[in-house]
Amino acid sequence: MSTAAASPSRRSLLPGFRLTMGFTLLYLCLIVIIPLMTLPVRSATMTWEALWGTVSDPRVVASYRLTIGASLVAASVNAVFGLIAAWVLVRYSFPGRRLVDSLVDLPFALPTAVAGITLTAIYAPNGWIGRFLEPYGIQVAFTRVGITLALIFIGLPFVVRTLQPVIEDLDVEVEEAATSLGATRFGVLTKVILPYLYPAWLTGFALAFARAIGEYGSVVFIAGNMPMRTEITPLLIITKLEQFDYAGATAIALVMLLMSFFLLLAINVLQGWTTRRLAN
Amino acid sequence: MSIEVKGLRKRFGGFQALDDVSFSVGQGELLALLGPSGSGKTTLLRIIAGLEHADAGTVLFDGHDAAARHPRERGVGFVFQHYALFRHMTVFENVAFGLRVRPRAERPVESEIRRKVNELLGLVQLDYLGSRYPSQLSGGQRQRVALARALAVEPKVLLLDEPFGALDARVRQELRRWLRRLHAEIHLTSVFVTHDQEEALELANRVVVMNEGRIEQDGTPDDVVEHPATPFVLNFLGQVNIFHGRVQDGTAWLGPLALEYPEHPHTEARTAAGYSRPHELDISRSDDGGGLWGTVSDVRMAGAVVKFELLDDQRSPIQVELGREQYAQIRAIIGESVYVKPRRVRVFMQEPGG
Repeated sequence: MSTAAASPSRRSLLPGFRLTMGFTLLYLCLIVIIPLMTLPVRSATMTWEALWGTVSDPRVVASYRLTIGASLVAASVNAVFGLIAAWVLVRYSFPGRRLVDSLVDLPFALPTAVAGITLTAIYAPNGWIGRFLEPYGIQVAFTRVGITLALIFIGLPFVVRTLQPVIEDLDVEVEEAATSLGATRFGVLTKVILPYLYPAWLTGFALAFARAIGEYGSVVFIAGNMPMRTEITPLLIITKLEQFDYAGATAIALVMLLMSFFLLLAINVLQGWTTRRLAN
Repeated sequence: MSIEVKGLRKRFGGFQALDDVSFSVGQGELLALLGPSGSGKTTLLRIIAGLEHADAGTVLFDGHDAAARHPRERGVGFVFQHYALFRHMTVFENVAFGLRVRPRAERPVESEIRRKVNELLGLVQLDYLGSRYPSQLSGGQRQRVALARALAVEPKVLLLDEPFGALDARVRQELRRWLRRLHAEIHLTSVFVTHDQEEALELANRVVVMNEGRIEQDGTPDDVVEHPATPFVLNFLGQVNIFHGRVQDGTAWLGPLALEYPEHPHTEARTAAGYSRPHELDISRSDDGGGLWGTVSDVRMAGAVVKFELLDDQRSPIQVELGREQYAQIRAIIGESVYVKPRRVRVFMQEPGG
């Protein structure tokens, strides 16, 4: 908190600090902090042994591994293709650019369950695309590949939307300067463009990753939900809730909460680093 | 290295940026491309650097066609108006960039890079700022870093696009003097683009004045000031009074003024205009021929000169500049009618139909 604004002798010239800060805190409490606080409170009804037993159950651990692994792969794929998409959308003008630009946001807008059902229908062994993959022994629906695909779908906008403004900010003149100094196209890319985009790129990656970890709707349909193999952590939580094992559900949720929290903290640190480095 | 530009043309959509432009730059020259915005001067500079392709025409470096060479192989140092520094690198790394991206076989060793970069930072008087980031520097400092960066690759030609355009007046003055000293020291063939006539005249040893994609005049600073080739050059290089009229039988009739004009001895009359700079006009109380007069509407003491504004009988303004001593003799006051004696009038005939 800013001490300059809080101390009466050095009041900020911008009015309304107390009001807006108070509102922000209230809002965060009602919407984020209090609901999340119930997680540790609920979990506290369990003994340590029971808690540890629940969160370290092999089936649960397998689901962590799958969720984190698939999310990492999906976020990586998005990082690569999202970068290319953002680059194309910013740097080139072509007919239908605005249309393509709006398409990027669709995964945000579409109910994820709809996406899941659609993906399943297309990639099932008898689906539009799945039927062509089947003869080669490639199964997408009801496998980890399908899960990753769904996570790629929902994560794409994060990378594209994080990178776009940064690419817009990267002056073409900077590339021209590097070229006239003797850099090859590859040199310009690796020494100028990527280092410049790197912090924002990481942020986009982390956002897509965080989103993928918590994703439920689009995955449950395409996953097949076989224990130990294609069962994601959010699904396990729902399963526990359906069995009225609230304490067990919240214990697993707590583990996920901690993972998400540290991830978002890392993102914020990254963003701070980006701004400091490139502050103009 | 010498540069020769022949018949360059460039069109952006419906806009003719360059229309048959030819000129040359000798080894060691410091040449200014001067013109208003949209006159094609930056496009011309970018084509020389290889950052833009011409629709027609050639650029020769020491007699060899430059089109065959990629921009990175042209040996051109380019300085951008908005510096185009690498924001994620320190000042030192910015300057070292051109050395570090060389192919492994040609790349100097680290100690040599250090020595070279420090030498250049010394040259631009920024050796104490090597570890800063560009965002921590002032505009003038950034432009000097950009210059050091361009010089690091030992270019054979230095191209500067409005190098001082984004800086405030005092810093601009300082950098201008500094660049002239630098040029005197290293004698690098240099071309810079500017829309500031003062900058062009003060810095360059040759000035190419451009307008609407064409060259209006190519000459020394003295040439373009004393012998402007076209009314445009006259107008662009400073304030000028225009007297409209016609030429006929070897005489120019401009309002009450009648001047000899041997260039047009024909009986057919042609529209023409005479141009005089404010300091080429005198004021007197007696009419000794000419008969041009006006009423003083404004007198301003502007440092070493006194600026008058007169209104002639058509109530159109005439600007006159007198030295302090001349003013002391006449002391014309507002509301007084005085005669105006042009010491010099340049007459330009209008092309028929123009």
